[in-house]
Amino acid sequence: MNSGGRIVELFELTAHELKDLLNNKKASAVEITQSVLDRIQNVEEKVGSYITVCKDEALNRAKAVQEKIDKGESISLLGGIPMALKDNICTEGVKTTCASNMLNNFIPPYNATVAKKLYEADTVLVGKLNLDEFAMGGSTENSYFKKTCNPWDLERVPGGSSGGSAACVAAGEAVFALGSDTGGSIRQPASFCGVVGLKPTYGSISRYGLVAFASSLDQIGPLTKDVTDCALVMNAICGHDPMDSTSINSGYPDFTKALINDVKGMKIGIPKEYLHGEGLNSEVKNAVINAVEVLKKLGAECEEFSLPITEYAIPAYYIISSAEASSNLARYDGVKYGYRAEKFTDLLDLYKQSRSEGFGTEVKRRIMLGTYALSSGYYDAYYKKALQVRTLIKNGFDEAFSKYDLVLGPTAPSTAYKIGEKIDDPLEMYLGDIFTVSVNIAGLPGLVVPCGFDSNKLPIGLQLIGKPLDESTLIRVGYTFEQNTEYHKLRAKI
Amino acid sequence: MKITRETIEHVAQLARLNLTEAEIVKLTSEMGNIISYVDKLNELDTSDIQPTAHVMPLKNVFRDDEVKESFDREKLLANAPSKENGCVKVPKVVE
Repeated sequence: MNSGGRIVELFELTAHELKDLLNNKKASAVEITQSVLDRIQNVEEKVGSYITVCKDEALNRAKAVQEKIDKGESISLLGGIPMALKDNICTEGVKTTCASNMLNNFIPPYNATVAKKLYEADTVLVGKLNLDEFAMGGSTENSYFKKTCNPWDLERVPGGSSGGSAACVAAGEAVFALGSDTGGSIRQPASFCGVVGLKPTYGSISRYGLVAFASSLDQIGPLTKDVTDCALVMNAICGHDPMDSTSINSGYPDFTKALINDVKGMKIGIPKEYLHGEGLNSEVKNAVINAVEVLKKLGAECEEFSLPITEYAIPAYYIISSAEASSNLARYDGVKYGYRAEKFTDLLDLYKQSRSEGFGTEVKRRIMLGTYALSSGYYDAYYKKALQVRTLIKNGFDEAFSKYDLVLGPTAPSTAYKIGEKIDDPLEMYLGDIFTVSVNIAGLPGLVVPCGFDSNKLPIGLQLIGKPLDESTLIRVGYTFEQNTEYHKLRAKI
Repeated sequence: MKITRETIEHVAQLARLNLTEAEIVKLTSEMGNIISYVDKLNELDTSDIQPTAHVMPLKNVFRDDEVKESFDREKLLANAPSKENGCVKVPKVVE
């Protein structure tokens, strides 16, 4: 494909652009997958997005899809598109490690519902992506296996915990990826790597087969090169699932119908605490203010309002998520699956020794924090208190949505930081989640789209927060912003 | 709430973790910092506020009790760290 005198490689394109090439017989599914595999061959050593690459399986699958196309069978809009999954999403027969020594050799006997849906849509699984161990962290440095580097600057983190998912899409090592978001784990890496990331409404994507971290907060979502691809992936993965008791049983819209370049009359609220709070990097702030100006010029009505509970979101989040994690991770006992210590004295010591050797530092820290918050004498002071604050946070958003169609703000206080810069200070790392955790606490959808670059040429992401099940409004505003800016067209040069 | 060495040792026991001396020292300090930050929540009066465990109005989800195909035993045992005669093998638990 030719663009401005330069040959554009297949791996650089979006899913909808590749679909056009497939339809017009200008590229085959095998050529597309081969292009992505070649790209992995060329840059993976530098980026480190993948824990597992399924080269042969991917080529076989691409061949099978191409045969369908050749026979004139209809395939879905994502048919033949190479994609990758965060390694906490179970894939039958393909190792799923959660980036933990605990699940080093775990091969799931079943597919997560999202994996099943993507296979049924004839997408091509290229591999499984790096993350912070059990999705706990904001830099992907907590992986047992490897560091992932930010494709825009290899000395910097890609964000986390879905750092592998964001880096691989930014580097062209997959056309799209799925991540999971418990406190910002899709949106913050999307912001750091300059890609589009959506954390959907709690309950709209099945969590069946997602290795549990904090069950009342976890949600799977897409990381893509643009908003159109985001809508296409959402159409493929959302919906009610009887295998997830928290799955919402309602009709889901066709999200591509929301790809409308128009925000006239849209009411957008910007929390003062997000824009003028301490610790927000001035370049990030300016990029967000510029984005607001773009939307205003296009006819949106934007105003600032107060969301006073913001500063309590992080302490509430770390109590709730760690409490749920300590309970969820109790299942890793070295008995039925996962890591078992070689030396132990009795059954109790088998549990303790296997857990102590199988879990990494951050996971142990969260298990300890959660166990403490749930322990006798502290339950009311910490866990119950955090759940009451959760009510206040939810009420704050309910009130905002009585006035606004959506809420807008930054995604993270800064752009991508240097590898190793924050790893020794867990509390400082936690504070980076200030703008993202409230969305999980309240179960809302949050979309991140690229909105600028700082002076180091590092991407900045704009966060749009919507009413429950109103992803369509986010997609519409994100799409309009994208159609009127160029940020999403820039690719990391590796 | 003050986090002491004894607190860490007690919680580690509850969480089924064997911590090294270095881990105990580090966690005592780190958890102390995190907990004193979390104590910020006490600035808010929540005496009349209902706790929200879950954002959705969750109800029990019932289904008919039907026999369906289940997992293959060998496939599930493939992930067991130790097995014998189609069972997961564990150390002796009764004398």
